[in-house]
Amino acid sequence: MTPPSGSPATATEKMRASLKRRYAAERRFQAYGIVAILLALGMLVTLFATIISTGTSAFVQHTVRLDVTLFPQDIDPDGTRDPAVLRRANYQTTINDALYSLFPEATSRQDRRAVRDLVSSGANFVVRDMVLADPSLVGQRISVRVPLASEFDQVLKGNVDPAVDLGVIREASTSVPWSLPPDERLISETQADYLQQLVRQGEIEGSFNRWFFTNGDSRQPELAGIWGAAVGSFFTLVVTLALSFPIGVAAAVYLEEFAPKNRWTDIIEVNINNLAAVPSIVFGLLGLAVFLQFFGLPRSAPVVGGLVLTLMTLPTIIIASRAALKSVPPSIREAALGVGASKLQTITHHVLPLAMPGMLTGTIIGMAQALGETAPLLMIGMVAFVVDIPGSPLDSATVLPVQIFLWSDSPERGFTERTSAAIMCLLGFLIFMNAAAVLLRKRFERRW
Amino acid sequence: MSDEQHTESAHDHAQDHARPDTTAGKPTVDGPVKVASRHVDVFYGEKQAIKDVSLDIAPNEVTAFIGPSGCGKSTFLRALNRMNDIIDICRVTGDIRLDGDDIYDRRVDVVQLRARVGMVFQKPNPFPKSIYENVAYGPRIHGLVAHKDELDEIVHTSLDRAGLLNEVKDRLETPGTGLSGGQQQRLCIARAIAVSPEVILMDEPCSALDPIATAKIEELIDELRENYTIVIVTHSMQQAARVSQRTAFFHLGHLVEMGDTETIFTNPEHRLTQGYITGRFG
Repeated sequence: MTPPSGSPATATEKMRASLKRRYAAERRFQAYGIVAILLALGMLVTLFATIISTGTSAFVQHTVRLDVTLFPQDIDPDGTRDPAVLRRANYQTTINDALYSLFPEATSRQDRRAVRDLVSSGANFVVRDMVLADPSLVGQRISVRVPLASEFDQVLKGNVDPAVDLGVIREASTSVPWSLPPDERLISETQADYLQQLVRQGEIEGSFNRWFFTNGDSRQPELAGIWGAAVGSFFTLVVTLALSFPIGVAAAVYLEEFAPKNRWTDIIEVNINNLAAVPSIVFGLLGLAVFLQFFGLPRSAPVVGGLVLTLMTLPTIIIASRAALKSVPPSIREAALGVGASKLQTITHHVLPLAMPGMLTGTIIGMAQALGETAPLLMIGMVAFVVDIPGSPLDSATVLPVQIFLWSDSPERGFTERTSAAIMCLLGFLIFMNAAAVLLRKRFERRW
Repeated sequence: MSDEQHTESAHDHAQDHARPDTTAGKPTVDGPVKVASRHVDVFYGEKQAIKDVSLDIAPNEVTAFIGPSGCGKSTFLRALNRMNDIIDICRVTGDIRLDGDDIYDRRVDVVQLRARVGMVFQKPNPFPKSIYENVAYGPRIHGLVAHKDELDEIVHTSLDRAGLLNEVKDRLETPGTGLSGGQQQRLCIARAIAVSPEVILMDEPCSALDPIATAKIEELIDELRENYTIVIVTHSMQQAARVSQRTAFFHLGHLVEMGDTETIFTNPEHRLTQGYITGRFG
C-alpha cells in the first residue's frame, strides 16, 4: 500500500522544492512591503523638507533701527495723553522724518518715496503700540526697530532669486545687470542702494518674527500673522467639540445599547456610514442653506463653522464610539446585570468608563480632521479677509487651513514662506492632537 | 424583550419525534420548593433551545444541571433570573415561579429579581475596579447600606463567606483583575452574595480553573448551601456528583431526567442518562 503522496522520500523531495518556492514568495512579499514603506517615507520626507526649507525663514523678520522723535505737537497737541487721541494720532510723519534723516541725499520726491517704501506701512502701528503702552514717551526721542517692507526682507533672506531681478543687492555690486525692465522690478535701483547702505551701517537686523504669532491677517506680508486664524480655529473647534462629543456619544450609546435591531436601525446605521464618506463641501453647502439662509446666523462666524464641522465630525465620532462600546466584553455587562444593576447603571458605571478611551480617541481624530478642514468653511464665508483677532465665536474669523489657502493664493513673495510656516504650525497642532489620542489610548487601555 | 407570558399548558410537540418520555408537568421535588418551572420553552429567534421543561429546585440544596454541549442547560439556567432578557431574539414562554411568584410577570422588576437570584458566570468576570469596589458595587446600587461602616462590614462578610478574605484583606484596594483565576471566581461569588440573594446560579463556575482552585470552589459551594439555594451547570459529571444533592440531565433541549444525585448516577431511569454518565456520548 502506497501512502497518498507517494513514498516518504519523494514526498520530502517535493516538499523541499515547494518550500523553496514558499520562502521565495515570503521574501518577495516582504520586499514589496519595504518598498511601499520606503516610498511613503520618501514622500513624507520630501513634504517636510520642502515645507520646512521654505517656511523657516518666515520666523525671522528683518527690522531697521530708527531714531524717532515723538513731537507732542504731532501726536498729542492738547497734551491730554488720552488713549483715544494717542491711538488716532499720526505717527507716519515721525517715521518718515526719521527715515529722511538717514538718507539726507534723498531730496527729490521720487527718492523720498523710495526711502519711505523701505519700511513696512505698518511701522506706524509699532510706534503707536509703544506710545499706548507708555504715554510718557511723547516728547522724547526713542530708538525703535520697525519691520522692513516684505520685498526687502525677502531680498535679505535670499528668498528671491538674485539672478532674476534682485541680484545687485545680494552681490553688493552694480556690475550685475538687472534682468528685468525697471518698471517690472519689485524694488528700484535707488532702493537697492539705500538698502545696501543700511546693511553696511548695521542698522538692519534679522530677529525673531513675533508679529507672525501675534498679528491677524494683513495685505502686507511682513505684518501678516496666524494668531487671528489660530483663535478662529480654536473657537470653531470648541463649538465643534461641545456639540459633537455629547451628541455623538449619546447617539452611539443609544444605537449600540438601547435601540432594537430592526430595519430602521439598519437604515440609520447605513446612513451614518454613508455620511462619513460624504465630501465635506456638501456639509458646507448644507450649512450655508440651513444655518445662514434659514436661521440667519452671522456669516464667517466660528459658531457656524463649528456647527458645520459638527455635522462633518459626527459620523466619525459615532462610528468610533460604537466600536468602542462593542469592544467592551459582554462579560462585564453580564456581571453588572447579574448583581442587579439596571441597564442604565450597567452602561454608566461599567460600559462607558471602559469605552471612554476609545470614544475619546475617535473624538480627537474627528477634531483633528475638523481642524484641517477647509472646503465647508469656504461655503459659509470663513474665507473672508479678517484683520481683527476674533473675540468671540460670533465675530468674523477665519481658520488656519483657510488662512493657508488664502496666503497660498496671494501674489506677494512674502506670503510664500508664510504659507509654509502656517502649514508647519497646523501640522504641529495635528501631530499634537494625534499624539494625545495615542497616549490616551495607551494610558487608559484596560486589561480584563 | 421576552417578558410576555404564556399560561397555556398545551404545547404541540407532535412533530418532535426525538422527545424522550419525561416527567413534564409533575413535581420533581418532594418537599418545599424554591423555584418551580412548568412547560418552559426558550426560543432564539426560530430555533427552540429549551423544549417544555418542568422542574423544581429545592431550597438550601445544590441542584446540578448536566448534559452534553448545546443541550440547553445554560440557557435554562439563565431563564431563572431573566438574563436571557438582554438577548433581543430570545423569547421565554411557560411558567417560572420563585417562592410561588411568577418571575416573568409584567409587574416583576427584573432588577430586583436579579438581586434575589444572583449569578456567577463561566469565566471569572470581576469589574476592572478594586477588590473592595467589586463587592461593594451591588449593595451600593441597591441602597442596602447607609454608612461606610456597614458597607465595610458587608464587604468583609461576603469575602469571608467566599473564602477569600484571608488572601486579600491586606490589598482590598488593588484591582480585582489582578487576582488569580480561582481567586477571581471567588471574588465573583463574594460579589454575588453581597446583595444577599436567595438563589445563586452558577454557570460552569470551574470550567476555567485548575483542579486546586476547582476544589476550593466546590468546597465553598458546599458551605454556601447552608444559606443559599444553589443551581450549578457543569460539564463535569464528577463535579455534579461531588457537590450536588439533586441532578437534572438535559439532552437536546429536553429535561430527560431529574432526581437525587445518587440515584441519577447509580441507577438512572433513562437510557440517555445512562449513556451520558457512563461516557458513551457527550
